[in-house]
Amino acid sequence: MPLLQNPFGIHERALTLRDMRSTILAANMANADTPNYKARDIDFRSLMQGTANAQMMQSTDRQHMQTSFGAAGGNLMYRVPTSPSLDGNTVEADTEQTHYADNAMRIQATLTFLNSRIKGIRTALRGE
Amino acid sequence: MSFFDVLGIAGSAMNAQMVRMNTISSNLANTGVAASSAEEAYKAKRPVFRTVYDHASETYRAGVTVDSIGTSGKPNDRRFEPGNPMADEQGYIYVSNVNSIEEMVDMTIASRAYQSNVEAINTAKKLVLNTLKLGQ
Repeated sequence: MPLLQNPFGIHERALTLRDMRSTILAANMANADTPNYKARDIDFRSLMQGTANAQMMQSTDRQHMQTSFGAAGGNLMYRVPTSPSLDGNTVEADTEQTHYADNAMRIQATLTFLNSRIKGIRTALRGE
Repeated sequence: MSFFDVLGIAGSAMNAQMVRMNTISSNLANTGVAASSAEEAYKAKRPVFRTVYDHASETYRAGVTVDSIGTSGKPNDRRFEPGNPMADEQGYIYVSNVNSIEEMVDMTIASRAYQSNVEAINTAKKLVLNTLKLGQ
């Protein structure tokens, strides 16, 4: 039964990526006044497509290193500022706040999808 | 779960902005302080922020800390006030180089930055709580 083999589908991966992105955007907002700080972000679409197509590396041995696809994996990019400031900082507070709000909204959407999926499975199992 | 990292990052920024606001308060409080020489006169202080990267973390963690508190290099104005007890032999007093308009603007920016970090924490908190309630 495919539904129970992979009950959460792509939402699990999406939530992980969204969660990671919220940290990055929070770090940008935190460093809004730090000289020479460059705003970072990830390309959610390409990460999602990349992870959706490629098989995750399986660790079949205790000594295998855990692959972290995330920020440590070099997926971080630099945001291009619309108006660069003199102190070398490329954070634009409004842009970051908008992205953060957008990201939070999409996390909420993912959580709603997951909730209804769980409810659906529960209903199916009860057979009521 | 890195939602919790948001709390740490935004917290460090709130701390840094609070130091900034305290510095601005000191500057504003010392606006009218007079001294007998340019060296003794009060000079406006400015905190310099620095990013703190947590390289051990699996996600991107970049908090903020106050690197140092610098002093403004602007020359202190002197005023001719022979009656002032702080006046030097020529009758001049040296006043602080604080520009209260600059300080007020800086205060507004600091308070806005503080607020946006509080908002980030509130949003992250809501999402964590909703994630914990998943499937209930």
